[in-house]
Amino acid sequence: MTVSGNAPKAEVLRPPVTRVGVVGWMRENLFNGWLNSVLTLVVLYGLWQVVPPLVRWALVDSLWNSTPEACRSIDGACWSFVPANLRFIVFGFYPADQQWRPLVSMVLLVALLWWSRDRSHWNRRLGWVWAAGLVVMGVLMRGGILGLQGVETSLWSGLPLTLLLSVFGMVAAYPFGVVLALGRQSRLPAVKSLCVVYIEMIRGVPLISMLFMASVMFPLFLPEGVTINKILRALVAIILFTAAYIAEVVRGGLQAMPKGQYEAAEALGLNYVQTMRLVILPQALKIVIPPTVGILISAFKDTSLVVIIALYDLLNTTKSALSNPKWMGFSTEAYIFVAAIYFVCCYAMSNYSRRLERELTPGRAGSDP
Amino acid sequence: MSSDATAPDRPVIQMEHVHKWFGELHVLNDINLEVGQSERIVICGPSGSGKSTLIRCINRLEEHQRGRIVVDGIELTNDVKNIEKIRAEVGMVFQHFNLFPHLTILDNLTLGPIWVRKTPRREAEETAMYFLEKVHIADQARKYPGQLSGGQQQRVAIARSLCMKPRIMLFDEPTSALDPEMVKEVLDAMIELAEEGMTMLVVTHEMGFAKSVAHRVIFMDEGQIVEENEPHAFFDNPRHERTQLFLSQILH
Repeated sequence: MTVSGNAPKAEVLRPPVTRVGVVGWMRENLFNGWLNSVLTLVVLYGLWQVVPPLVRWALVDSLWNSTPEACRSIDGACWSFVPANLRFIVFGFYPADQQWRPLVSMVLLVALLWWSRDRSHWNRRLGWVWAAGLVVMGVLMRGGILGLQGVETSLWSGLPLTLLLSVFGMVAAYPFGVVLALGRQSRLPAVKSLCVVYIEMIRGVPLISMLFMASVMFPLFLPEGVTINKILRALVAIILFTAAYIAEVVRGGLQAMPKGQYEAAEALGLNYVQTMRLVILPQALKIVIPPTVGILISAFKDTSLVVIIALYDLLNTTKSALSNPKWMGFSTEAYIFVAAIYFVCCYAMSNYSRRLERELTPGRAGSDP
Repeated sequence: MSSDATAPDRPVIQMEHVHKWFGELHVLNDINLEVGQSERIVICGPSGSGKSTLIRCINRLEEHQRGRIVVDGIELTNDVKNIEKIRAEVGMVFQHFNLFPHLTILDNLTLGPIWVRKTPRREAEETAMYFLEKVHIADQARKYPGQLSGGQQQRVAIARSLCMKPRIMLFDEPTSALDPEMVKEVLDAMIELAEEGMTMLVVTHEMGFAKSVAHRVIFMDEGQIVEENEPHAFFDNPRHERTQLFLSQILH
C-alpha cells in the first residue's frame, strides 16, 4: 500500500495488510509455519478430490422423480427411491388407507414436544395436556373404537414405531434412572445393594440380549394363554437398559454436590424427599445434562436394534423397501435418507440440551426471575 | 451490651455426659452443658477440639453416641419426627454459607417456611423481605447467591435461618471464610440479633465479639470443655494452663 501525495498527513496508522483482512486471517490460521502450510495444502487437495465428484453424484447427475429403470442408466444418485418408497419407509405395514392416523399422531407428538421445550410451560396443565395427547395418540394408532378401524400393533412400524420406542423409552427411563441413583446412595443396605446389583447386571449385558430375553425368554415364564404385547416388551427392555446408564450418570452428579448443601437443607428441617427434590436434584441433574443427553441420544439410535426381534422400525422398513427387486441396489441413497432423519432428531436433542443448560445457569439472562 | 443476663429459669438446651467418636477418635468427651433462654455462649478452642461437632450435635447434623441431649424439651433420639421438629426450631449458620446456588435470595429464604412450616408463599415472602431489610440486603432479593459478596451471602444465610423463626441460633465459625473487611458487617448482624434476646451458640475466634456479646465463654480442647466462665474473668484471668496458651496465641 503506497501513500499518495494528497493523503492527509495525520494518517491513522493501520496494521500491515498481512495482519488483517482475508490475507491476515489466512496467514494466522492456515499458513503459520511450514507444517500448517503443508497440512492446509493436503487438506485442500483432499477436498478437491472428494467434493466435486460428490456434488456431481448427489446433485448434478441425480434423478429425483423417476422410474427405477431410468435410474439404472445414470451414474448419479437415484433419489427417486425416496419418494417412491416414502410411505412404506415411514409407515411400514400400517394399512395404506389409514396412514393419516399415525401421521396425525406423530404431528401431535412433535407439537407436544415443541410446546414442552419452554420451561415456563412446565406446570400441572402441561401434564394433563400430555395425558390427553397420549390417549388421543393411542386411540388413533390402535383404533377399534369411535368408528376407527382396528389396527393390530404388529402392523405398527416405521417412524411411528421408532418414535414410540424412543420417546417413551427415554421419558420412562429418566425418572427410573434417577430413582436408581438415589437408591444406590441410600443408607439402607438392602435398597443400596439391590440398586447396585441391578445397575451392574444391566450394564454388564448388551441391549440385544435384553431384547432377546424380552421377546423369547420372557414369554416362557408367563402362564399359558397370557401374552404381553411384543412392542411393550421391547419398550420395557429399552427402559430397563437405559435407566441403568442414566443412574450412573446421575450418581456422578449427586457425588459432585457439596456436603454443605445437604446440611443446609437438613438444618432448615427439610425431610429427605424435600431435600432431594428442592435442593439436591435440581443442581445435580443440571450438572449432568451433557452426559445424560449423550445417553438419550444413543438410546434413540439403539432403538434400531429391535430389528433383531422382528419389529419393523424406521431402519428396518427401509431395508425391506430395498429388498423390493424393482429398487434393489439403491441402498446408499436409502441409508443417507434415513441417516438424515436420525441426524435431525439427534441434533435437535443436543441443541435443546445446550439451551436448557444455558437457561439453568443462575443469574443469566433467560433464567426465570 | 452488658453481661448480666436474666437468670435462665428453664434450660433450652441440656447436654448430659455426651460422648462422640469418629472411628477411634474421641471427639466429644463427657460434655455437660446447659443453655438458658436468651443466653449467648461463645465456644472457642484450637482446631480439632470438637467445638463444631458439639454444636452440630444439637441439631443432629452429627449423631452423639452416649449421653443425653434435650433441646426445647424434646430429647434427640433416632426418631426422625423429633429431629425434624428440633431442626425447625434451631437455626444454623455455616462457615461456608451453604446458600442454595440455583435459587434466588428470596427463594432461599422462603424454601424452609413454605415446605417445612407450610406458610403461604405470600406470607413467607413478606417475612423474607422483613429479615432481608434487617440484614440490610433487601435490594438483592432477586439475585442469585453467586452474584453476592461473601459478607452479603453470610447475612443472607443468617436471614434464611431467621425466616424459620427459630428459638435457638447456632453459628459455626460464621466469619472464618470471609475477607477481613466483611467480618464486621456479619458480626453487626449477629450483635443486633443478640440484642433482641435470641439464644445463641457461637463457635468463633472473634474474641471482641465474645467480650461484648457473650454471657459465657467456653474453651474446648481435645473434646472436653476445659474452662467455662463469664467473658471478663475468662479473658483477664484464665485459670487453666491450656486456656492461657490458647489465648496467648490468638490475642498476641
